[in-house]
Amino acid sequence: MMRSRFDEQLNQLNENLIEMGAMVEDAITKSVKALKERDVEASRKIERDDHLINEKEKEIESLCLKLLLNQQPVARDLRTISTALKMITDIERIGDHAADIAEICVHLPVESHVTDIEPIAAMAKATMRMVRASIEAYVKKDLALAQSVTEMDDEVDELFIAVRQDMIALVHKDPNDGSEAFDIMQIAKYFERIGDHAVNIGEWVVFSITGIHKNTRIL
Amino acid sequence: MKDKSIFEIKSLDLFYGNFQALKSINMELAGGEITAFIGPSGCGKSTLLKTLNRMNDLVEGCRITGTVRLMGQDVYGGMDVNLLRRRVGMVFQKPNPFPMSVYDNIAFGPRTHGVKKKSALDSVVEKSLRDAAIWDEVKDRLKKPALALSGGQQQRLCIARALAVGPEVLLMDEPTSALDPISTGKIEELLLQLREEYSIVIVTHNMQQATRVSDRTAFFLLGEVVEYAKTETMFSMPKDKRTEDYITGRFG
Repeated sequence: MMRSRFDEQLNQLNENLIEMGAMVEDAITKSVKALKERDVEASRKIERDDHLINEKEKEIESLCLKLLLNQQPVARDLRTISTALKMITDIERIGDHAADIAEICVHLPVESHVTDIEPIAAMAKATMRMVRASIEAYVKKDLALAQSVTEMDDEVDELFIAVRQDMIALVHKDPNDGSEAFDIMQIAKYFERIGDHAVNIGEWVVFSITGIHKNTRIL
Repeated sequence: MKDKSIFEIKSLDLFYGNFQALKSINMELAGGEITAFIGPSGCGKSTLLKTLNRMNDLVEGCRITGTVRLMGQDVYGGMDVNLLRRRVGMVFQKPNPFPMSVYDNIAFGPRTHGVKKKSALDSVVEKSLRDAAIWDEVKDRLKKPALALSGGQQQRLCIARALAVGPEVLLMDEPTSALDPISTGKIEELLLQLREEYSIVIVTHNMQQATRVSDRTAFFLLGEVVEYAKTETMFSMPKDKRTEDYITGRFG
């Protein structure tokens, strides 16, 4: 009863994080679709909409700071709120990378020589799964799920290597495709970075549950 | 003194008549540290504090079993109570200066213990007031009534009075609960300075205060010590669910 307002605000924090996670997932989905379809207008919209994710970050940041100020949280509450503050930095960077991918898509040639876009699509799918799992683990306080995010990153790293090999082969076949190969490589790198950010989120979620961050007790 | 155990409490039970206020307490209080006792009202934290310098002796129907040792000496085994209270000073919730001058308040303890020489008393009065971070505020009004000081000053005066007899340990029972935030801040700063020379045990209802000033915290519930740990650990990753529920405001 006495902390009903506080619990209400913590629920609000969860809802906001779920919403921000859904926003970046959506940006990733749209960027892959724009890549597949070489849709310049859709790409530009992803870039334009990135500010919505940034605003969401500010909103959550403000909520967390208010909670720190008003509730002076300890124990689980302290870990929950400080974790949210760390998570949103990584989620926002994921949003930036989706916009970076879209920016590249704007300049890609309409006639593509990269026929197999599947490894990139698979990277997008895997990273989205990681983002969703890390936020779900936070909300449900599911330690096993949070820890699984790090393992999921192996798949993203393998796909990155596969894309790299494909692009090297493409350039070997026809050096004129070098520019496109380089762009696709950059996109793959952005997805690989998205995976790393999701791993960071997962590691902070582990902290929120166990008090231990990357095998170190911070407090 | 640091890291050495100053108080060793073993199998301590305390009864007020038929009511058991402390149940099987086992803990060691480290020297050169600030230990905070926290817990809801009536949980036994003040009772244990008072047990450390036998303030419960005068409470009718109070019965104690188990042992309390101060630097190895049995507190309840024939120790001179006056000597015990010289070694283990106490500061209470409400500032309680004697109705006499600032000087006489501080000189009271040393005089009781036989110090008569004026120069010796002057020196102990100044040192105690300096150690309690109030010398600059009262040095020009040592002969003025202590009750004319502000609440925060009175509390620092009471700390100075406790320091004047050269204690090893200071027990503080909610020493800032009657003070405004500025005075509270001054007392907290003072505690951190005093930690260099004295071991301090503080009972507090203010959990932020416990996190700010103490090295270790003990959480009491229904006469038992539920958890006793480093303060940072206690307030970031408590082991017991009851501790977690209390410090996060889920009960109490």
